[in-house]
Amino acid sequence: MAQPIAPVVTEGRAPAAPVVTSPAPRWVEFILLCAVAAVTFGVMRAAAEWRAPLSPGFRISLSPLRLPYYAALSTLRMVLAYIVSLVFSIAYARFAASSKAAERVMLPLLDILQSIPILSFMPGVVLGLVALFPGRTLGLELAAVILIFTSQAWNLAFSFHQSLITIPSELTEAARIYRLGFWRKFTRLELPFGVISLIANSMMSWAGGWFFLMASEQFAVGDGRLRLPGLGSYLAAAADAGDTRALVYGLLTLVVVIVLLDQILWRPMLAWSDRFKFESAGSEAPSSRVLDALRGSRLIDALRSRVLRPAGKRIDHALGASRNGDTPDTDGGEVPPARRRRRRAIGIVALVLAGAAVVWGLVLAAHTLGGLTKGDWGRVGVSAAATLARTTIALVIAAAWTVPAGVAIGTNPRWARRLQPIVQITASIPATAVFPVLLLALLAVPGGLNVAAVALMLLGTQWYVLFNVIAGAMAIPSDLKEAATMYHVVGWRRWKTLILPAIFPYLVTGMITATGGAWNASIVAEYVTFAGHTTSTTGLGALIAGAAERGDFPVLLAGTLVMAGIVIVMNRLLWRRLYGYAETRFRLG
Amino acid sequence: MATTTRALAPKPPGTVLLAAEGVRKFFSDDTAPVLERIDLELRENEYVALLGPSGSGKSTLLRILAGLLQPSEGRVLARGAPLHGPNRQVAIVFQGFALFPWLTVYQNVELGLLATEVPEAERRERTLRAIDLIGLDGFEEAFPKELSGGMKQRVGFARALVVQPEVLFMDEPFSALDVLTAETLRGELRDMWSDSAMPTKSVLMVTHNIDEAVSMADRILVFGANPGRVRVELKGLRPTERREKSPARTRLVDAIYQVITNPDEDAEQLVEQYIARAPTRQRRKAEPARPRRYQALPDVSIDDLTGFVQYLSGIGNSGPLSDLARDLQMRGETILRIAEATDLLGFADIQERSVFLTPLGQRFAPLELDAQKTLFRHAVLDHLSLMREIVHRLEASQSRVLQAEEVLAELETSFARTEARRQFETLIDWGRYAELFSYDDVEGELRLDEEHYNA
Repeated sequence: MAQPIAPVVTEGRAPAAPVVTSPAPRWVEFILLCAVAAVTFGVMRAAAEWRAPLSPGFRISLSPLRLPYYAALSTLRMVLAYIVSLVFSIAYARFAASSKAAERVMLPLLDILQSIPILSFMPGVVLGLVALFPGRTLGLELAAVILIFTSQAWNLAFSFHQSLITIPSELTEAARIYRLGFWRKFTRLELPFGVISLIANSMMSWAGGWFFLMASEQFAVGDGRLRLPGLGSYLAAAADAGDTRALVYGLLTLVVVIVLLDQILWRPMLAWSDRFKFESAGSEAPSSRVLDALRGSRLIDALRSRVLRPAGKRIDHALGASRNGDTPDTDGGEVPPARRRRRRAIGIVALVLAGAAVVWGLVLAAHTLGGLTKGDWGRVGVSAAATLARTTIALVIAAAWTVPAGVAIGTNPRWARRLQPIVQITASIPATAVFPVLLLALLAVPGGLNVAAVALMLLGTQWYVLFNVIAGAMAIPSDLKEAATMYHVVGWRRWKTLILPAIFPYLVTGMITATGGAWNASIVAEYVTFAGHTTSTTGLGALIAGAAERGDFPVLLAGTLVMAGIVIVMNRLLWRRLYGYAETRFRLG
Repeated sequence: MATTTRALAPKPPGTVLLAAEGVRKFFSDDTAPVLERIDLELRENEYVALLGPSGSGKSTLLRILAGLLQPSEGRVLARGAPLHGPNRQVAIVFQGFALFPWLTVYQNVELGLLATEVPEAERRERTLRAIDLIGLDGFEEAFPKELSGGMKQRVGFARALVVQPEVLFMDEPFSALDVLTAETLRGELRDMWSDSAMPTKSVLMVTHNIDEAVSMADRILVFGANPGRVRVELKGLRPTERREKSPARTRLVDAIYQVITNPDEDAEQLVEQYIARAPTRQRRKAEPARPRRYQALPDVSIDDLTGFVQYLSGIGNSGPLSDLARDLQMRGETILRIAEATDLLGFADIQERSVFLTPLGQRFAPLELDAQKTLFRHAVLDHLSLMREIVHRLEASQSRVLQAEEVLAELETSFARTEARRQFETLIDWGRYAELFSYDDVEGELRLDEEHYNA
């Protein structure tokens, strides 16, 4: 969803886990076996579901008993989309880092992709895939996976690219002089070096995926609306029917799924990835009981020594040996002439192809946009201004309350420890799911959705700012605080000379993420369907959502281009400069 | 120790393993080279040291010979064949160890063998043997972060030796270690080399430590900076002469000190003076420095500079560099840089291996801060042509402002990009202290300090 990568704050740290783990009790093995069985069964059921013929008349059951099943289907979609995102991001970033020329094209492209809202991808993806698998659910399922992918992938790619270009040069040189080859360099150096930030960003990607879950499980096709069985469409159906009770059930299920995933997936991953930390000095490692239990499991042990390790060895041998010898030397840009010629030829071909694609795309776009009247463009302009105003207000409000609150939490270790888990769980609830409930209350306030949309955006994005401010406040060195106290720097002056400058880089990071989030959220905040009718207000998000719903491609394209343009221009002109300034001027240490 | 050692009975010069021919190196679009026409042969049974101050391109040369960097001009021959890509006959021990923190000691060492066709059983055996040879027994399953610096560098050695390279490269291998650890490791390396316990046919070591070079190498190439070049090539000592305090060693160390402390003088003549008593030394004519428009400023902060003058004045206005390094607990190289800076500004003279305060320096030491600044301002304007130039330009400018880019561009005509940047920073530091101008880093502007300039 958004970049640059906000530092992920993790709570509840404990000393590093002991290397030797005691064997786990038997029930751990039992639970493991049950989990394996459940996953197998679930995947088989899902496969059956996907092969089923497409039924436009499909209705979501609002019975709470169906919720576990729907939740499982949604999670499976998320997992698939995440795997695709991960593979894509790693490949994309690896390729972008392989040459200066590739980097110059691929990074800005990523910037553009990131700024395009999910709904703008929808018509193309859905129509294409449904046409590819006529009469099958599979097409829709793939469409859902791809839509989720568009809300997960970009920040992963950015983060891995960032890791790749910051690998210390001595390590790269060691990899080259010992001729590790492409595969071994990747598995021994690049992946381990990037894994911590990949995991941190994966958590953000999942949050992004949940946020747009409702948008990615229902599709407007022609006049009708197609829904896939899942938690997102359950919530949407409940909102449609105005069934508050079902809505609450759905919301609770979502929270349970998110918390469960956090406990059995992300926390163990974070704890495990601690061994890839580059600096040895540092704070205590994150810990996870689940990981400790898994480490003690005989089942996992057997799996590792009998299956995983031998298989890994074989793969390593096969892939490592095939490209023995000189790696494609990208780091120094020093390439033997023959290969340089070959590479140049490939580069030229790629450039020509890409150029042709761009030209074709431009022609198509111009043709599509040609159908727009002056009035349409006027509407786009007014909408853009309205949404710009809303995102700005949302950001100002977010900063206004998160700075004092974040500083209060961050400078008080006891509060920080107690409040952080609560804040994190609150933040992990995708705001979109709460929208319908909130809307009931908010629509009553003067200004209606016009004002409510700001609140909804806020709900979706303020957490990035809060987390970063807390992290910044926690990072203020205690000697600076002591010095300020000794010299009676108190009150407003303390804020001006110590706190604000110290948290400034963090605040900027949080605001960058939040701006991207706010623009993205506008498509769900300005256009809401509840109890059978759609409420919308003037805004670029509403414009795009409405156009996607109606299949109005010219307006959809115009809206998307304008939104992407605004986001990119603001990033370049405002945020990146501010970030550079903050880094050089206010970064401590 | 073995009875027949390599260095005690030097073999006649063996086959040439590695050669550089007319190697020059520019980084990206720099106008000034980092390395200026280097010719070098590395033969069997040789231990060669590349010695010189930072910025003299010796690490760059090492990377070019290793095939990690391509020379901009000239070529590298490995056993007579032009080198493309990483040199297969070479292993490197890195200054910062370059260990993979997520791999165990065993896995780190084994890494060197992964790319070879060695079968697994033999790989395991050789890995364990290398670990054993280097004294890491029992640490096989440890992760680098559990090890001390010395132990980490042992892993670096084991990883290099396990591949049985023809040539072992070492890039300042001991400089990240504390003094005692470094001495221990040096001793072990020396023993392994002279006992032929290493599978390696020759060694190339980059260092800035004169004692280290003299105590280990059969041949020493002294480098100069801006551009990096070989100033003089010296034959190393015989093993019997390498002991501390041997007269031959003292002479050689003296000679090298002279060469390094006098970057603008003819290295040949200096060596001539110092080793005249031992005429067997083999030397070679090296490239003279390219004439430059501006003096190179040593990378020295104002605090170090003024502190050094004050310290010298406190101990009787002079002292030998080695004693100063010891008493001030600084690296020899650092002391040398500071001494050079005081020399450049006319506060001190470097003669032999000692520093002497000039009358100006003696006058400077006891002054109040403001008076010190005034004296410093005059010294800077008298001795640094670029500083004069900057002030002239500031004066000439209507707004009394000069863009940093202009100064940098000027510097880049004489220095490589990174070095130019460093020069610039020193220039700003000194100029600010002299109150000649102020500098706004955000805007990148120098502004004339009119009050003091007119005064």
